[in-house]
Amino acid sequence: MFTALTILLIIGLLIALAIGLVVRFFAVATDPMLEQVNALMPGSNCGACGFAGCAGYAAALAGGEAQPGACPSMSSASLQALCELLGVGEVKRERRVAVVFCSGDDHNATRQAFYNGVNNCRDAMLVAAGAKSCTYGCLGLGACAKACPYGAIEIRNHLAVVHPDLCRACGKCVLACPKKLIRLVPASAPIHVFCSSPERGSFKRSACKAACIGCRKCVKAAEENQMRMNGFLAVINYGNPPAAEVAEVCPTGALRLNVDHVEAEKNQADKS
Amino acid sequence: MKEYFSLIVGAILVNNFVLSRILGICPFLGVSRSLKTSAGMGAAVIFVMSLAGLLTSAINIFLLIPYDIAYLRTIVFILAIAGLVQIVEVLLRRFSEPLYQALGIYLPLITTNCAVLGSAIICADEGYHLIRSTVFCFASAVGFALALLLFASLREKLELAKVPDCLQGTPISLVTAGLLALAFLGFAGLAG
Repeated sequence: MFTALTILLIIGLLIALAIGLVVRFFAVATDPMLEQVNALMPGSNCGACGFAGCAGYAAALAGGEAQPGACPSMSSASLQALCELLGVGEVKRERRVAVVFCSGDDHNATRQAFYNGVNNCRDAMLVAAGAKSCTYGCLGLGACAKACPYGAIEIRNHLAVVHPDLCRACGKCVLACPKKLIRLVPASAPIHVFCSSPERGSFKRSACKAACIGCRKCVKAAEENQMRMNGFLAVINYGNPPAAEVAEVCPTGALRLNVDHVEAEKNQADKS
Repeated sequence: MKEYFSLIVGAILVNNFVLSRILGICPFLGVSRSLKTSAGMGAAVIFVMSLAGLLTSAINIFLLIPYDIAYLRTIVFILAIAGLVQIVEVLLRRFSEPLYQALGIYLPLITTNCAVLGSAIICADEGYHLIRSTVFCFASAVGFALALLLFASLREKLELAKVPDCLQGTPISLVTAGLLALAFLGFAGLAG
């Protein structure tokens, strides 16, 4: 037995020695800048920068082919350190958040039928588009919540709500939602229209209490080019968003402050 | 000479590593989406498997059998193959950067590939001497690359074919691989 152990040990040591010698004499020096840039990467590999993972973006940055600021997942401190490292000037990064454009939770929205199938939005879509009265509405089965690597999406009473302070705008929820209800919008915009259906107002009202009925009060209350109508749906122009006070004119509450939306759902969840 | 010829034909066609022995399925299914990546992977496997065959049979003949520790061959072979791949990677990086970029990602993937370990163990089981095992491993790798290239071409065609919804993607690929393996059964008895 001891011969076996000794020989195994010797073979292991010889191989290690061989690798060590080869690396010592033949290794190609890696760019030290690349290692430092790599250390500043967030490591989430979300691909929002357009490169193949954090390693791809780090290689592009070190090689001078990319600018810092394309990564939405980095903290501001890392971004600043990165700019100093690369010798680039201060880069402003427009912070974005994901928003689920629907208010149809169990209190507001009605159902066509009781869905009793696989507990996943993408699978529910195969059965009558999820069996909610409003075909544009959020099914609330959590495909987006599962996709979010930061745990920023909460499902309350079958409605997905994004917590803006946790969201890093990586874009994975946008791809996950089968109804395409989630979009990335500037974090500075205070109000959103939490409805995505351009159908007739009366029909929408019967399907969901918090739908946008297309009354145009907000369009009139806002300044020019801040809001427009898509069918019977009010749409905010995020290049020139309206002030928070415009939300007060909305009769159904479809247009409201993002903080109110996140808090209201929480209050309703506590009540039920 | 004749026995080497039958050994080579046997390893490439009759007992093809992927299609008859069912070894090395991971890269077979994972890398074969495009012909270009398959060619790169095939070249890397040929390179590594021949060297690994030489090294492992040398270790087996001169170290393991004389000292009666042939039962340790699995772990020793894996050690040797892993070390070899590391060395090859460093040398490749130093001496040919373009080749490293082309093969680069596949070299670590081959380290734990069961086809490489499989060929080493088959050589040890059959008791091949040094030259014979090297030739056998080289021919097996060529057979692997052949199967990979054939499958990649088929898969590229499958991308454009009208496949039923339930079979799209991996299912139809697996069915195709099975049919390819069936086709290769036609070579049985060729190498005598």
